[in-house]
Amino acid sequence: MTVTDQPLILGIETSCDETGVGLVRGTTLLANAVASSVDEHVRFGGVVPEVASRAHLEAIVPTLHRGLDEAGVTLGDVDAVAVTAGPGLAGALMVGVSAAKALAVALDKPLYGVNHLVGHVAAEQLENGPLTDPVVALLVSGGHTEILQVDDIATAAQLLGQTLDDAAGEAFDKVARLIGLKYPGGPSIQRAAIDGDPSAIRFPRGLTSPRDMDRHRYDFSFSGLKTAVARWVETAERDGDAVPVADVAAGFQEAVADVLTRKAVLACQERGISTMVLAGGVAANARLRELTQQRCADAGIELRQPRFSLCTDNGAMIAALGAAVVERGLPPSSLDFASDSSLPVTEVLVG
Amino acid sequence: MDTSTPAVTVALHDGGRVLAHATTVDPRRHTELLMPLVTSVLRDAGAARGDLTEIAVGVGPGPFTGLRVGLAAARTMGAVLDIPVRGVCGLDVVAHGAVAAESPAGPFVVATDARRREVYWAAYDASGTRTVGPEVGPATAIAAELGAVLPAAGAGARLYPEAFGPALEPEYPAAADLAAVVVDKAADILPPDPLYLRRPDATPPAARKSVLA
Ligand SMILES: [Zn+2]
Repeated sequence: MTVTDQPLILGIETSCDETGVGLVRGTTLLANAVASSVDEHVRFGGVVPEVASRAHLEAIVPTLHRGLDEAGVTLGDVDAVAVTAGPGLAGALMVGVSAAKALAVALDKPLYGVNHLVGHVAAEQLENGPLTDPVVALLVSGGHTEILQVDDIATAAQLLGQTLDDAAGEAFDKVARLIGLKYPGGPSIQRAAIDGDPSAIRFPRGLTSPRDMDRHRYDFSFSGLKTAVARWVETAERDGDAVPVADVAAGFQEAVADVLTRKAVLACQERGISTMVLAGGVAANARLRELTQQRCADAGIELRQPRFSLCTDNGAMIAALGAAVVERGLPPSSLDFASDSSLPVTEVLVG
Repeated sequence: MDTSTPAVTVALHDGGRVLAHATTVDPRRHTELLMPLVTSVLRDAGAARGDLTEIAVGVGPGPFTGLRVGLAAARTMGAVLDIPVRGVCGLDVVAHGAVAAESPAGPFVVATDARRREVYWAAYDASGTRTVGPEVGPATAIAAELGAVLPAAGAGARLYPEAFGPALEPEYPAAADLAAVVVDKAADILPPDPLYLRRPDATPPAARKSVLA
């Protein structure tokens, strides 16, 4: 089947602070239009749900038009609409779901409410082609930190582990603030860490003690790490020492990258899975990528990772998952489905 | 369509009369209810989406999350069908309904639930023309601002009876009234932009707390 024979899927994403509209045929990316409200959250030091929701309402129709233009198609060409049904910020999700339902009704096309987390994994298919074997996915962003096992992108995903407190991206934001760096914390810390020594300060790796590995084998916790950094910085300040920002940034980044990659590789090994997908906004972090590549290579695991614009939240990943679901001939979601801020990952497609 | 109150309400108007309408009251299910109501109203009237020539939507004020459901749907449908989308203040729609239902003898108020012990409100003359508002604030402060205790339509009148005279119908805006208001240009026709009246609840982070004992 050539690309143009495959149905044209339009995907809508509004689960956090990016309004995304993507167009996809099969595993071919046609457009990925994103409007971000990140600048509006800077002075609050984190995503403010109401600010994000207001921005989604303003951005959704312009982003829709931009996506269509980018793909060189018209609304009449669209065969199906996919939308993030959850998980995510409740009010933000509702803007996208409402727009997607209106779009589907106005076009008289089927609508698929899909899982945001599995969408991150589907995005990788747009980069390197279909995922054929089971994969372990490490998803790291400001909103989530999970290890998934995806046996079938359209039908079978399970949660192996997740953060018990802060998302990794949130930890970056909070630590950046502690050491006087800008929001969002990911890029700021990465920049500061370049001149630092990652082994100068050893910060704790959450949930890695033997006892924690029994109960929370694939789970994460970053609140202890954040407190450890705060304690370290405050002690230095109290003693009148200059805070070595570069070393703190490097040591913190190393602790996060270490625990994330260690557990994800362990999941692959213990489950006999030979492919890992790394996605989410924090996957842009150079040290995390480097350490993941190195450890996967050492363990004989193939690492797959989409480009950055497909790693962060976007509509193309939702279209990609929609395309997989359509290809499988699964029934569309009913028009009265609810968005679900805590949609479990096992629910790839909502009813 | 209007989703600015617990009532999710949809009507189809042909320029002469209301052909079909449907309303479901449920404050937590706007996203689920709205588009199925749109399709059922179209079906009831034997109309197709392509027959639509204009969309009217309530722009609030109202609780933000629900309000945005109608606005996102109306703007998207308008964009897809390439037809204009008209906005109307939801309080004006209730006022229009009150004039039709109650023929009030004098000025009255429309007050809807703004949560946090406050109402969204506006004052109207006996013909339903807005004279004050829309504003958001405690119901108990309205009589002082207007210099009189007036009868009131809307859910706010039922929530805070002590602040108003007799409660007037309707309790919620009806899309049938909204459509009629737009057809008759019986109130200000606005762009389909939300009337939030409140800023987002958000404060820049405070100075950090000590973690040392
Ligand atoms: Zn995400």
